[in-house]
Amino acid sequence: MNKYLSVVSAFLLTTPLFSYGNSAFNMREGVTDISQNVYQLHMTIFLICCAIGVVVFAVMFWAMIYHRKSKGAQPAQFHESTKVEILWTAIPFVILVAMAVPATKTLIAMEDVSKADLTIKVTGSQWKWHYEYMGHDVDFYSVLSTPRAQIDDLEEKSENYLLEVDKPLVIPTDKKVRFLMTSDDVIHSWWVPDFAVKKDANPGFINEAWTRVNEEGIYRGQCAELCGKDHGFMPIVVDARSPEAFEHWLTNAKQQKLEAAAASVALLDQTLSKDELMQTGEQVYMAYCAACHQPTGMGLPGVFPAVKGSPIVLGEVKDHIDIILHGKPGTAMQAFAKQLSIKEIAGVVTYKRNSWGNDLDQVIQPSEVQARIDANKEAGK
Amino acid sequence: MSTVAQSEQNHHDHHAAKGFKRWLYTTNHKDIGSLYLIFSLTMFLIGGAMAMVIRAELFQPGLQLVDPHFFNQMTTVHGLIMVFGAVMPAFTGLANWMVPMMIGAPDMALPRMNNWSFWILPFAFAILLMSLFMEGGGPAFGWTFYAPLSTTYSNDNTALFVFAVHIMGISSIMGAINVIVTIVNLRAPGMTWMKLPLFVWTWLITAFLLIAVMPVLAGAVTMVLTDKYFGTSFFDAAGGGDPVMFQHIFWFFGHPEVYIMILPAFGIISTIIPTFSRKKLFGYASMVYATSSIALLSFIVWAHHMFTTGMPLAGELFFMYATMLISVPTGVKVFNWVATMWRGSISFEVPMLFSIAFIVLFTLGGFSGLMLAITPADFQYHDTYFVVAHFHYVLVTGAIFSIMAGAYYWLPKWTGHMYNERLAKLHFWLSLVSVNVLFFPMHFVGLAGMPRRIPDYALQFADFNALISIGGFAFGLSQLLFVAVVYKCAKGGAAVPDKVWDGAEGLEWEVPSPAPYHTFSTPPEVK
Amino acid sequence: MEKYEQYYVPEQSHWPIVGAVAMFLIAVGAGLTVMQLSSDVGYGQYVLYAGLIILFYMLFGWIKNVIHESQTGLYSAQMDRSFRQSMSWFIFSEVMFFGAFFGALFYARVLSVPWLGGAGNNAMTNEVLWPTFEAVWPLLSTPAGETTQAMGWQGLPLINTLILLTSSVTLHFAHVAIEQDQRAKVKLFLGATVALGCIFLALQVLEYMHAYADLDLTLQAGIYGNTFYMLTGFHGVHVTLGTILLLIVLLRLFKGHFTAKQHFAFQAAAWYWHFVDVVWLCLFVFVYVL
Ligand code: HEA
Ligand code: HEA
Ligand code: HEC
Ligand code: CUA
Ligand SMILES: [Cu+2]
Repeated sequence: MNKYLSVVSAFLLTTPLFSYGNSAFNMREGVTDISQNVYQLHMTIFLICCAIGVVVFAVMFWAMIYHRKSKGAQPAQFHESTKVEILWTAIPFVILVAMAVPATKTLIAMEDVSKADLTIKVTGSQWKWHYEYMGHDVDFYSVLSTPRAQIDDLEEKSENYLLEVDKPLVIPTDKKVRFLMTSDDVIHSWWVPDFAVKKDANPGFINEAWTRVNEEGIYRGQCAELCGKDHGFMPIVVDARSPEAFEHWLTNAKQQKLEAAAASVALLDQTLSKDELMQTGEQVYMAYCAACHQPTGMGLPGVFPAVKGSPIVLGEVKDHIDIILHGKPGTAMQAFAKQLSIKEIAGVVTYKRNSWGNDLDQVIQPSEVQARIDANKEAGK
Repeated sequence: MSTVAQSEQNHHDHHAAKGFKRWLYTTNHKDIGSLYLIFSLTMFLIGGAMAMVIRAELFQPGLQLVDPHFFNQMTTVHGLIMVFGAVMPAFTGLANWMVPMMIGAPDMALPRMNNWSFWILPFAFAILLMSLFMEGGGPAFGWTFYAPLSTTYSNDNTALFVFAVHIMGISSIMGAINVIVTIVNLRAPGMTWMKLPLFVWTWLITAFLLIAVMPVLAGAVTMVLTDKYFGTSFFDAAGGGDPVMFQHIFWFFGHPEVYIMILPAFGIISTIIPTFSRKKLFGYASMVYATSSIALLSFIVWAHHMFTTGMPLAGELFFMYATMLISVPTGVKVFNWVATMWRGSISFEVPMLFSIAFIVLFTLGGFSGLMLAITPADFQYHDTYFVVAHFHYVLVTGAIFSIMAGAYYWLPKWTGHMYNERLAKLHFWLSLVSVNVLFFPMHFVGLAGMPRRIPDYALQFADFNALISIGGFAFGLSQLLFVAVVYKCAKGGAAVPDKVWDGAEGLEWEVPSPAPYHTFSTPPEVK
Repeated sequence: MEKYEQYYVPEQSHWPIVGAVAMFLIAVGAGLTVMQLSSDVGYGQYVLYAGLIILFYMLFGWIKNVIHESQTGLYSAQMDRSFRQSMSWFIFSEVMFFGAFFGALFYARVLSVPWLGGAGNNAMTNEVLWPTFEAVWPLLSTPAGETTQAMGWQGLPLINTLILLTSSVTLHFAHVAIEQDQRAKVKLFLGATVALGCIFLALQVLEYMHAYADLDLTLQAGIYGNTFYMLTGFHGVHVTLGTILLLIVLLRLFKGHFTAKQHFAFQAAAWYWHFVDVVWLCLFVFVYVL
C-alpha cells in the first residue's frame, strides 16, 4: 500500500514541475498577446486542479493508511452532515467563478475581429489550404511538401517532417491580421498553436479569427478537424515578416502572378514536347491527384475510382479535360481550374493518358485546354 | 430468506431449455444479463484489437502498417464499438443481473422484450463490422460522423452504418424502458424511493437519459441518410442547411451519452466503497440529488464540443459556464466517497482496489474535462490528444474500471465461486500501471500540439508516442488476465457464502450464491 | 407501497429471436437498397421484403401469444401498469425523435438561413460566398438558386387538421364508452376514428402530389422542402401505424376482447393516436402557418 501511495504522490507532486515553460510537456506560450493569455489561463486552472487534487487525495490516502481494517480500525457511525455538504458545494462553486472571470475576458478579446489591417481568406479543401489576400489580387495554394518517400520510411525524415509546405502563408508582424475561414468540401480547422488560433473552416459559411504576431519567425500548425483520408497531411506554415519585408513580398507576389499569366498566354502558340508534358504531368499528378487516385493510378476501390483504364481517361479528350477543370459536384472530385495552369492541366492529361498501361500515345497541348475553357465559358458553365 | 426457498418450490411452471436454445429463447434476467456481459467483453476485445492497430501504426512516425483510409476506419469503429458495444451493454448487463435482485423483483418487467433488446445488438454490430470487409470499407468519419464528411464525401457503405446505429438505438431504448418500468413498478413492499440502492437510482436516471437522447441520434443518422442518398440539404449551405447543425443535433445526443456511460459507474462505486469501508455511504440523499443534477445539466452543455465551430460569443459563454457547473455535483460525489472511507475500516479486496483507482483517475479525467470547458483554452486543446487523454481517463479508468470493479464484486454471487485472488490482484496492478503509461503521456503530446485522428505525426511527438504504444500493448495484454480470471471463476473455485463480503448490504446478499434461477417470485420483506 | 402481486414471468419464447433476425434483414436490406439506388443491381429490396415478412410473422405470433395470455387471465393489475408505463415511455421516445426534426426546422429558420443572409456574426458569409442570397422563410430560393413554392395552409392542410382533431374526439368518445361497457358505441366511434385516419392519409397523398406536380416543392428543394417532407412524412408514417393499431383493436372488439377494466391495447393505441395528433398540431403551426 505504501508503494502505491508513494508512486501516486510522486506522480501528483512532480507533474506541475514538468509542465512549466516551453517544454515538451506543456502548451506553448506562443507569440501573440492572446496566446500568452491563454497559456496563463491554462496554467492557472491546471494549478487549481492540482491543488484540489492534492487536498482530496491526501484525505483519501490518509484514510487508506490509518483507517485500515488490518490496523484494527473500527468503523465510525456517521453518514450525513448537511453542513459539510453545503460547504463542499459552495467552495467549488466559488472556485469556478474565479476561473470564469479571466476566461470570459480572454474570450471576449479573442472574438473581437474588428479593425483589422489585413484580411486573408483561408479556404480548406481536401487536402490543402488556399490563401487569398483580400483586396490585393494575390492568392495561392499551400500543399504539404514532405516527399512521399519519407512518409513511406524509404528516406531519412527531415527536421520538419509533415510540417512543411511548398508555399507558406506570409503575414506581417505587429499588424492585426483577420482570417476568413471557409471550405470547398468538408470541415477543416485552421490551427496554429503559437497564435492560439483554431477555427473551423465550414463549407458554405465564413468564420472569422484574427492574430497579431509579436515576433518574426516561421510558425507551424496542422489541420485540426478530421477531413478524410489525408487529414494528417495538410499542415499550415506561416511566415511572419516585418511589415516592410511583407510589403516587399506582396509586391513581388503580384508581379509573379502577372508574369505567370503572360507565360500562359505565350504557351498558347507553342507546341510542347511529349517529354516535357509528361514530366510536368507527373509532378502535378503526384502533388495533386495521387492523394486520391494513388501513385499507381488504381484509386481506392469504392472510395476513389481508378484512373488507370477509366472510361473518361481513355475516352474523349474534352470530357477528360472537363472533369479536371470543373470536378464533379457532389463528390470529392474537386475543380482544378483555379489551382492548375493550362500547362499543368495539359501535362496531367497527357501523363494520365500515357501511364500505368494507359497507352493512347496522345499529347495534349496547353492550347487545347484553353480552347476547352473558352468553349465552356461560352456554354455558360 | 424464507421467501426464496419458498419461491423455489412454487416454481413448477418453467425451467430453462437446454443448450443454445436456452440462450436464444430466454426470458430470464440473469441469462440475459450474462449474455449482455459476454457480448460486451467480446466487443471490448474487438474494439481493443482495433486500438492495438492504431497504437501499432502510431508507434513511430511514418506509415508502416495501414494506409490512412484504413486507419480512419479503425479509429471510427474503435470508438463506436467501445461506446455502443462495450460500455453500454456492460452496464445494461449489470442492470439486468442486479436491478431485480436489488429491489426484490421476480424479473425484469418485460422479459420477452428484454430478450429482443439483447439479441438485436449482435446483429447490429455484425452489420457494422461487415462493412469493414466490403469494397470502400467501413465508416471512416470518426465516431462523431460529422457532415459533410459522412454525407457527400463518405463511401457508399454509409447506409449500413446508419441502419446499424438505428438498431443499436432501438436496443438501448427498449432496454431503458424495461429498466425504468422494473424500478418504478416492481419494487418489493417497503422498498421506498429513498431506500433504493444507489446503483438502482443511477440506472433509473441513466435510463431516462437514454430514452431522451437515443431518438435524437436516430434523427441525426436519418438526416445523414437522406442528405447522402436522397438529395436533402440539412447539412449543406447550398440548400439553406448548415454542417454545424449536424454537430448540434449529434452533441445534443452525444453529451448526455457520455454521462450514460458514467452514471451507472457512479452507482457501482457507491455500492462498493461502503462495503469495504464497512461504513454506510456518506450523504445518500445528496448522491441522489447530485446524480439528478448531472443528468439535467447534461442537456444544456452539448456545444462545449463545438467551441471552434464559430458559434456566436453569447453561445460560447453560456456553454462554458453551464459545463463548468457540472463539476459541482460531480465534486459532491467524489467528496462523499472520500467521506465514506474516512474513519471506516478499510480493506483492499480487488473490487475496492478498482474503485479507489476509479476515484483517483476519474477525478483526473474530470479535471482535464474542466480545463476543456474553458473556451479560450479549449481552442488550444480541441481535437488534440489532450482530448483523447481526457476521455480515456473518464472512459477507461472511469467506466471500464467501474465495470471491472462491479464484475469482481458480483462474480462470486453470480457463479457461487470466489475468483482467483492472486490473478485478480495481478490484473489490477498491471492494468493500473500500464493504463497510466498508456494515457498519461497523451496529455503531453496533446498540449505540445499533436492533433487526433492522424495516422502519422511530426518528429517531436515520437518519443511519447512510442511510450504510449508500449503502455497500450501492456494494458491490452493485461486484459487477457481478466478474461482468464472470469473464465476460471465461472468454471470453479472456492465456494462462497450468501453474503460474500462481510460489509455488504442489500437484498442481493440475502439469496444463495450462486443466485437461484428465479430469485423472488414472492416479494421479500424490506425493513 | 402497494401490495405486491404475483407477477407473471413468461416462459422462454422464440419470438424475440425471430424478431431479431427480422431486424437484421430489414437493416441490411434497407442499407443495400439505398446503396443500390443508383446502380443496376438491386437485390437489396428482396432482403428488405424478407425481413418485413418475418417481422410481420413475428408480430402476429407474439401479439397472439400476448392476447392469449391476457385472455386467460395471467395478467395482474400490476402488469397492466407496467405495460402502460412502457407505452408512455415509448411515446416519450417518439416525441424526442420528432424533436430532432423540429430542432432542425427551428435551427434552419432561426439560425442557418438568416446567417446565410448575413445575420449575426456572419456578415462575411453573405458578402463573400452568397452575395445574391436573401434570407426569407419559407425559403423559396436556396443559396444555390434552386426555387420552389410554399405550401399554403388554408386548403388541404386545414381540412386535415380538422379531420385529425375530430378523430381525437371520436376516439375519446370510444374510450368513455368502453369504460362504461357500451360496446356498440365503442365500435361505432372507433370505426369512425379509423375511417378519419384513412381519409387523412388519402388527403396527405393528394397534397404531396399537388406539391410535386404544381409547386415544384420536392424533397430536394432545399431546407424548406426537406423539413416539410421529413416532418409531414414521418408524421404520415405514424398515422399509418396508428390507424393499423386502432384497426387491430377494432377487430379484437368484434371478437369480444377487452373489458371495461382491462383494455390495455385499446388504451395504448389511443394514447398513440393522441400523440400523433399533438405532433400534427405542432406541425400545422410551425410548418404550414408560421
Ligand atoms: C464518461 C465519459 C465522460 C465524462 C464523465 C466526461 C466529463 C466531463 N467532460 Fe468530457 N468528453 C468525453 C467523455 C466524458 N466527459 C468524451 C468521449 C469526449 C470526446 C468526444 C469526441 O470528441 O470524440 C469528451 C470531450 C469533452 C469536451 C470537448 C473537448 C473538445 O473536443 O474540445 C469538453 C469540453 O468542455 C469536456 C468537458 C467535460 C467536463 C467539464 C466533464 C465533467 O463532468 C467532469 C467533472 C468532474 C470533475 C471536475 C472532477 C471531480 C470534481 C471535484 C473533485 C470537485 C472540485 C473541482 C473543481 C471545482 C475544479 N469533455
Ligand atoms: C469506452 C470507450 C473506450 C475504450 C475502453 C477505449 C480503449 C482504448 N483506446 Fe480509445 N477511443 C474511444 C473510446 C474508448 N477507447 C473513443 C470514443 C475514441 C474516439 C474515436 C474517434 O476519434 O472517432 C477513441 C480513440 C482512441 C485513440 C485516438 C485515435 C485517433 O485519434 O486517431 C487512441 C489512440 O491511441 C485510442 C486508444 C485506445 C487504447 C489503447 C485503448 C485500450 O484501453 C484498449 C485495451 C483493450 C484491449 C487491447 C483488448 C484486449 C486484448 C486483446 C484483444 C488481445 C490483443 C492484444 C495485443 C495484441 C496487445 N483510442
Ligand atoms: C480529394 C480527392 C480527389 C482528388 C485530389 C482528385 N480526384 Fe479525381 N476523382 C475523385 C473522385 C471521388 C472521383 C469520382 C467522382 C464520381 O463519383 O464520379 C474522381 C474522378 C476522377 C476522374 C474520372 C474517373 C472516372 O472514371 O470516373 C478523373 C479523370 C479524375 N478524377 C482526375 C483527377 C485528376 C487529374 C486529379 C488531379 C489534378 C484528381 N482527379 C484529383 C477524387 C479526387
Ligand atoms: Cu483538413 Cu483535416
Ligand atoms: Cu460533452
